[in-house]
Amino acid sequence: MKLIDWLDERLAVRQLIKVMMTEYYVPKNINFLWSFGVLIILTLTILIISGIFLLMYYKPDANLAFDSVNKTIMMDVSYGWIFRHVHAVGASIIFLLLYIHMARGIYYGSFKPPREIVWITGYVLFILMSATAFTGYLLPWGQMSYWAAQTITTLFEKIPFIGPDLVIWIRGHFIVEDPTLTRFFALHVVFLPLLLIIFTAIHLYAVRIVGSNNEDGVPIPKEEKKKKGIPFWPVFMAKEYFVMAVFLTFFFFLVFFHYEFAMDPINFTPANKLQTPPHIYPEWYFLAYYEVLRGFFFSQNLGLIAFVLSMFIAMFLPWLDKSPIVSGKHRPMFQVAFWIFILDFVFLTVLGKLPPTGLYAWLGLIGSIIFFAFFFSLPIISKIERKQIENGGNKK
Amino acid sequence: MSNEEKLEKNEENISRRDFLLYAMGAWATVGVGYALYAMYKTWEPLPEVMAQATVKFDLSKVKPGELKVISWRGKPVFILHKTKDMTKCPERTVAGEYTVVIGVCTHLGCIPNWEPDKKIWHCPCHGGEYNACGVNIFGPPPRPLDIPPFKLEGTIIVLGEEGPEYRKMISG
Repeated sequence: MKLIDWLDERLAVRQLIKVMMTEYYVPKNINFLWSFGVLIILTLTILIISGIFLLMYYKPDANLAFDSVNKTIMMDVSYGWIFRHVHAVGASIIFLLLYIHMARGIYYGSFKPPREIVWITGYVLFILMSATAFTGYLLPWGQMSYWAAQTITTLFEKIPFIGPDLVIWIRGHFIVEDPTLTRFFALHVVFLPLLLIIFTAIHLYAVRIVGSNNEDGVPIPKEEKKKKGIPFWPVFMAKEYFVMAVFLTFFFFLVFFHYEFAMDPINFTPANKLQTPPHIYPEWYFLAYYEVLRGFFFSQNLGLIAFVLSMFIAMFLPWLDKSPIVSGKHRPMFQVAFWIFILDFVFLTVLGKLPPTGLYAWLGLIGSIIFFAFFFSLPIISKIERKQIENGGNKK
Repeated sequence: MSNEEKLEKNEENISRRDFLLYAMGAWATVGVGYALYAMYKTWEPLPEVMAQATVKFDLSKVKPGELKVISWRGKPVFILHKTKDMTKCPERTVAGEYTVVIGVCTHLGCIPNWEPDKKIWHCPCHGGEYNACGVNIFGPPPRPLDIPPFKLEGTIIVLGEEGPEYRKMISG
């Protein structure tokens, strides 16, 4: 008896493979943007594996952390530098993949009924990934690590009544110190990855139930699945392997030749709680939100509220955009708003790295307002589109 | 057993099962509540950290014109024994002749340096300047250097506790 038969009798693996792979039909009318989900899983796997190997030499102690990374891992451990560069570049690139994946979801209306749970679990994954990146960034205990953590934890001070006590509770100290490092370590290494894996499972389960969206946003009827779709395995994955190969070539090109974009030179100075670096800025993937925080330069509180709102507003897309037309491909007005939003996001990212003075401060304010304008324009656009359809417009 | 009797017994069974269920639920809620409270407590600063919450310092150890920097809650605190040629500010002066301020620039948190010849603090990051009272006189800082909560016990200053002098200072 073959092993597969033996397993099939006990675990019904044949049925499982059918349901999950060979009889899961992906629509034919999708484009390369639908390959990013698998790329994210690939990168997450790379991050987990490289992370496990870093963990074998890393020491979560304020006195030992910096050297355990910059001396032990970088100089003494054979190939330790590869694992660190892979982990740093992977953390950076996964955000690029996440942003493309999310932008595709927004453009083609992948958050609309019945895919709300897919969108919300996906957005929770983005928030969890941000938290993982933030806690992980403290671990090398360099100057930028330290002051990024100090600045971001200070933001909680503005919460009414409980703020100042909350900050001390989060840090376990009056400033960012050894207790902060060890608890961030625990969150980064166990708690957040565990949540990431659980939410990835729910996300994929939800996709399996409602099926992938497609360019036209028109669902395939059950009886036409085989005609209008291709099986996830082996047909879809055969194409995906090509995309993965191209991606990995790009990824390892960055790891070996341009890792410096993920390694801030300031972070190669050990953390010094008595010396702030002249310019503190987050990694590129948080710059847009950071610019929203600074954008309302005339009021710190308003900036903070805007910052929190900008991080979470996209989660509510299924209720902001209730247009009956699913795909942006058939929504000219939405397309304009969408591309302005994308350009604005890039604009905010660029601005986030520049000093917030003079003209830049005003541009930051304008950029921040456009960011929110996109989300608040969606109910209006939806309403207009609904009216057009009622007046005999063609619904595709 | 008649039908009514059966029904009665059934109802009794259900209500007993419900009761057990509610009791278990309540018990579990109490248990989870305590567990969460314990988790919350583990994140509080340790006793050795809380020990840094208050710091005692003898002001008389600072000679006129001299600046001492002490560490309080991980932050530097400047203690300057003022001389007559320095900027006067009775509302920000402790024990008649000392400036006591947290040495963290109110702009972006750098640590300003004392320049004895000019009698000012100069911030190396963005060029902010503070006079001998800790009041911002030049550059981007939005407000004077903060005064830490303090209490006076003779010439001893206790940082981290609010005494009547401190309350008077921040209200006035």
